[in-house]
Amino acid sequence: MRDSMIDVAVIGGGPAGLAAAATCAEAGLTTYLIDEQASPGGQIYRAIADTPVADRAILGADYWRGEALVAAFQRSGAVHLASALAWDVTPDLEVAVSVGGGSRFLRARRVIIASGALERPMPVPGWTLPGVMTVGAGQILLKSSGAVPSGRVVLAGCGPLLYLLAAQYRRAGAEVALILDTTPAANFKRALRHLPEFLLAGSYLAKGAELLLSAQRSVEIVRGVDSIVAAGEGQLRSVRYNVRGQEREVSADLLLLHQGVVPNVNLSMAIGCAHDWDGEQLCWSPRLDAWSNATVGGVAIAGDGAGIGGAAAAAERGRIAALDAARHLGVLSEAQRDLRAAGPRAALRRAMRGRRFLDLLYAPAPSFRVPADNAVACRCEEVVARQIRDCVALGVPGPNQMKSFLRCGMGPCQGRLCGLTVTETIAAARGVAPGMVGHYRIRPPIKPITLGEIALLPKSEAAIKAVARG
Amino acid sequence: MTVADAVIIGGGIQGCSAALHLARLGAKAVVLEMAHAGRHASGVNAGGVRTLGRHMAEVPLAVAALEAWHRIGDLVDDDCGFESVGQVMVAETDAELTRMRSRAEDLSHAGFLHEEPIDSADLRRLVPAVADHCVGGLVARRDGAANPFRATLAFKRKAESLGARVREGVRALGIERVPGGWEVDTDDGRIAAPAVINAAGAWADRFAAQMGDPVPLQAIAPMLMVTAPMPRFVEPVVIGGGRTLSFKQFRNGTVLVGGGHRGRADRASQRTVLDWRELSVNAESACALFPIMRTARVVRAWAGIEGRMPDDIPVIGPSGRQDGAFHAFGFSAHGFQLAPIVGAVIADLVTSGRSRLPIEPFRIGRFRAAAG
Repeated sequence: MRDSMIDVAVIGGGPAGLAAAATCAEAGLTTYLIDEQASPGGQIYRAIADTPVADRAILGADYWRGEALVAAFQRSGAVHLASALAWDVTPDLEVAVSVGGGSRFLRARRVIIASGALERPMPVPGWTLPGVMTVGAGQILLKSSGAVPSGRVVLAGCGPLLYLLAAQYRRAGAEVALILDTTPAANFKRALRHLPEFLLAGSYLAKGAELLLSAQRSVEIVRGVDSIVAAGEGQLRSVRYNVRGQEREVSADLLLLHQGVVPNVNLSMAIGCAHDWDGEQLCWSPRLDAWSNATVGGVAIAGDGAGIGGAAAAAERGRIAALDAARHLGVLSEAQRDLRAAGPRAALRRAMRGRRFLDLLYAPAPSFRVPADNAVACRCEEVVARQIRDCVALGVPGPNQMKSFLRCGMGPCQGRLCGLTVTETIAAARGVAPGMVGHYRIRPPIKPITLGEIALLPKSEAAIKAVARG
Repeated sequence: MTVADAVIIGGGIQGCSAALHLARLGAKAVVLEMAHAGRHASGVNAGGVRTLGRHMAEVPLAVAALEAWHRIGDLVDDDCGFESVGQVMVAETDAELTRMRSRAEDLSHAGFLHEEPIDSADLRRLVPAVADHCVGGLVARRDGAANPFRATLAFKRKAESLGARVREGVRALGIERVPGGWEVDTDDGRIAAPAVINAAGAWADRFAAQMGDPVPLQAIAPMLMVTAPMPRFVEPVVIGGGRTLSFKQFRNGTVLVGGGHRGRADRASQRTVLDWRELSVNAESACALFPIMRTARVVRAWAGIEGRMPDDIPVIGPSGRQDGAFHAFGFSAHGFQLAPIVGAVIADLVTSGRSRLPIEPFRIGRFRAAAG
């Protein structure tokens, strides 16, 4: 595998990656799709080819929309490297890929990163207790193994996914006892300006209304929640929350937290792509040109990994990045690329309509992004927010310098779970914008691989000779 | 125009240590650091506090520095994470062991007793997890390791508390000879001082040339890897006798694997690129000496940007051509341990013109023929 050069390596098998790989392969390019999961679909269409959830109504029509993407990908002739981790991309566009405990370099002429989204951390006190998970994790269990929770389930946070999971659970026969909605009341006023555009995107409205109505019929919803504590000794027992100055407590066996999704930028950061702070989506986004090319030569980034836009937008962004790759590799002229991109660009505009309204409406409150003193910020190293603030007081200006003091960000997750929390907590403590504070310098491998696996990588002659000391 | 007793270019641990020792002697220095103190080699190295296996010319400095590390709290009001866990050099063959024994003998003839040869049984007592084929080695029992960024910051903070100024985010652009001393132009104004100290690490050759001392410095990017926590299996820092390997397990169980294998350094962007084909050799060495490491999960690899001299020993001392100009750079990936003593030597030179320890082998003039 190492010595062969392929045209395009697409990393990630969600809607953006599937569409990008299919478009590249259809254009006649040798294309590999490298994906960590066993079957195509990414998170949104997870297990779409093999989910045990047979009743199509449970996961809903939006989920099954992924079938067409998967079918087009499978017809396209792109090679599918499943259960494969792309853990680095060198400046020469060698993609380090781990499959079945062995790693190889796959040399590509272009790389399209479609790494998708991650759930934004929601670091409330007690969120590390057994019995507390994310809504996304709950959804993964449902899609891939049909698992629904038993006992008393509480959903808390903000954003459409909260209500979607409640609806999916109910259709699957599980009951959600309570939804604690933390959407700040002030958001609606801020979002109002973009309401007309949102209304034009009729599908959102219909979907959103349907979800809300169906939730309201069967679940108690508490709005305006401004603090949440997961309580219990060694196991979640109850959820304490505050609403309009009133302290309440409910017993719970499972608490599912969620406050939106953010781009998964660990790979694009690790390979040196420039990123900027997005003040509206409150996250880091890669700096891209009009064709989704990043600041590292030969690398494009498509889908939610390039800024949250949702599944429909992701597929179109995958197609657009792929068409430009085809132009770079000489199989399409500039005019052909532009012509073929017209359809996807129009579809992208439609898919993005109403996005700003949603971003502003569901922007999570500062108090849920910048945690209380006693809440864990970094799960790997068990660092609480107070320690971060103490470090700032010592004169430590950013997340990288803080590593030496608290080790936060140095665990196996490499900041995937704590990066935004740490950056925003430092920024708040210093009274500056998150963009000024910066993010962890992410280092490959972006997910752990064994030393034995690295030892078996191909070696250079020079490296072998240099071993003999002196 | 700012006026100071000395301008130090480079806020790494050498520059901060020089500022600290100058302040102790009553001289107020301004340190110019283009990024933040400890951003490059000083902050991201393996933190080895090692006298073991040093170049003979470095031994007197390393031995003096080790004494300072054992009392580091007295110097900088912080323990810098220093732990005297010892360092062990492993011999994998009888030939390597013979070489180590004769080295220890040479050292003892010169009056240095810090390196002791050990046999196979001793080695296994010190390092039970070592591979079966290893036959013995050398140990420096008072060596150890510290936290490099924390240490650099401690030197910086102590220097500041004694009156030095560390200006982070300020880049030195050029040095000019003026009557009575030097003027350093920066992107935030000019500074005048009777003495200028070049501690600019991988960027030091540019300033050396401006001081009339061109040198063949190479910017290198030594790489390190760290693993997820493992059950505790090794106490001392371990280095290879026949392989370039350095190996340390921290208190939290994570293991640092290094050995000077190099990635690519880009001085302009201040970024490094890893070379996995080199790291693979490093990984193979670690697995060969410690079979338990095969299943260790590597969570991160990185590199620092460091200045290397052709003979792999640093430049320490006065300029060969100009008064009031001094160098401390080119530590060739093993300068961290020396910092407490290098700062003291530089402060001696600036204030009295004499060094307390022999630094002749580190004179900058040794490259004159080569660099022209």
